[in-house]
Amino acid sequence: MNKSALSHALPLAAAGALLVVFPFVGGKFYIDLMVTTMILGIFALSLELLVGLTGLVSFGHAAFFGIAAYATALLAPQAAAASIAWLLPAVLAITTLAAAAIGALSLRTRGIYFIMVTLAFAQMAYFVFHDMKFAGGSDGLYLNIKPVLALGSVTLLDLDRPLTFYYVTFGALVLVYGLLAAVRRARFGHALAGIKANEQRMRAAGFSTYPYKLAAFALAGGLAGVAGFLYAVKDGFVNPEILAWHQSGTVLLMLILGGIGTLRGAVIGAFLFVVLKELFQSEALFGNFARHWQLPLGLTIIGCVALMPNGITGLPTQLRSLRTPVPHAG
Amino acid sequence: MDLAVFLVQCLNALQYGLLLFLVASGLTLIFGILGVINLAHGSFYMIGAYLAYALAPWAAANVGGGFFTALAIGVVLSIAFGYALEWGFVSYLYQREHLQQVLMTYGLILVFEELRSILVGDDVHGVAPPAWLAGSVQLGDVMTYPVYRLFMSAVCVLVALALYAVIARTRIGMAIRAGASNREMVQSLGVDIRLLYRVVFAAGVALAVFAGMIAAPVSSVYPGMGNQVLIISFVVVVIGGIGSVRGALVASLLVGVVDTFGKVLIPQTAGILVYVLMAAILLWRPEGLFRTG
Repeated sequence: MNKSALSHALPLAAAGALLVVFPFVGGKFYIDLMVTTMILGIFALSLELLVGLTGLVSFGHAAFFGIAAYATALLAPQAAAASIAWLLPAVLAITTLAAAAIGALSLRTRGIYFIMVTLAFAQMAYFVFHDMKFAGGSDGLYLNIKPVLALGSVTLLDLDRPLTFYYVTFGALVLVYGLLAAVRRARFGHALAGIKANEQRMRAAGFSTYPYKLAAFALAGGLAGVAGFLYAVKDGFVNPEILAWHQSGTVLLMLILGGIGTLRGAVIGAFLFVVLKELFQSEALFGNFARHWQLPLGLTIIGCVALMPNGITGLPTQLRSLRTPVPHAG
Repeated sequence: MDLAVFLVQCLNALQYGLLLFLVASGLTLIFGILGVINLAHGSFYMIGAYLAYALAPWAAANVGGGFFTALAIGVVLSIAFGYALEWGFVSYLYQREHLQQVLMTYGLILVFEELRSILVGDDVHGVAPPAWLAGSVQLGDVMTYPVYRLFMSAVCVLVALALYAVIARTRIGMAIRAGASNREMVQSLGVDIRLLYRVVFAAGVALAVFAGMIAAPVSSVYPGMGNQVLIISFVVVVIGGIGSVRGALVASLLVGVVDTFGKVLIPQTAGILVYVLMAAILLWRPEGLFRTG
């Protein structure tokens, strides 16, 4: 292993190890918060595939998170525990299909249009769950009994147990991270990066770019579905607000906080967002003002994008280039 | 559906569509000419509605005239506000990527919403229309229609005509049309593009604020009212084509008709019909109906 690969893998392994031992040192509140952070990390990773790798700015990614959460609550039987073995694949299949359908239409547009169209489709999904009777309207739905994974009469995983759920979420995060790392190294990932750099040239080089973008969109939707599934199981409750456009804005914010273009940026961004949100919502620090937490959040977004457009992971590079000014390329 | 009901729904569709046009025309011009995706545009509509709520009693007590004085003050304030916002904030967005524009204007929405919550609170408020517009007209034997809604539609038509006259007949309108089809070319032909940007942005803000103010007596004033209008305005811009004011007009009326009649004929799916319309247009013409440039 050469030096740069080592310097890359070491922090990752250290972060992984920290997450593994965290339940033994953190209190109940912090374990819960860490589960939320990891779920949001998966969600942000799924969008990173679109925004960071392919250069497609989707403002409707919450739709797939929400569709998966609703599918989980709707498919799970009321009176018995569902088996993860069929529930998770079914949820992911539904979400991926929905993403393929929305992607097929949205990808007919580009640039500003694409941003607006994805936002509009997410809003459409919001209204489907908000207005339709089967989804419980604005009250939402409950998932009373959490899914289990059983082999015969032996229960392998019971998601009702907090510690089990913690490690399942951690495992999902590692799997999604690993999958996306593999995608980046594969021919498919190189093609997506080429589309981001110059779609025209990719087409001239003989790539039909539309199917590549559609595959990326469907895969990103499916991976957001993993996060949506975990979210529904964690809280045992879904309502239309999880598809609201604020969610789509929030996940984009995580990416830009962490730094676009790297996988670790997405996860770090999710972590930073949760920290910022807890900080601004803290009544101990802000007293009564804490209920206006979106004001400092809004100002932080503006400040972060203005001052460190490459996010926190891009900050060292940005500071270095400040010290030794080099002519800007492109 | 008998004739009177049909007529009332037509009037409602027209009124909703025209109101949307005031918001969407500013949005489409800001996209088309400044090249900025402005998520905070819905907030201007919200600010307008709250201005109507806050200014009308103040104007009645101090200046006289109530609603219309408030309207005039609101328009002047909004032009100044738009001018200042372009100078202090939006002008820093021109060189940035769409994603950064999206996030910075999204941050702006959060700031505006919380400031609104701090200054005015989170309650729903009604705004009374001026007394002489408060009545209804008789339509057929049983139906009545509020005069204020007719007045709204008439005012929107006047504003649309004025907008058309400015864009089609004046020198600055010529620069706006040229700017929507080719920004760089206009700049190189010696038009002061920074002034043009500032004027267009201020006009867009004023249109949205004005729409919010005149809508306040009908829709009442409530938190989050800007977001809904924003997303529907996006749909209008996508259908009409970026930068095209004519497209915005046609698309607004189309959305008004689909939404209004959808709510009457198939109430279960009313929320999503407009988006289905957008999807259909995307299949047919991905660039919108009247794309310029």
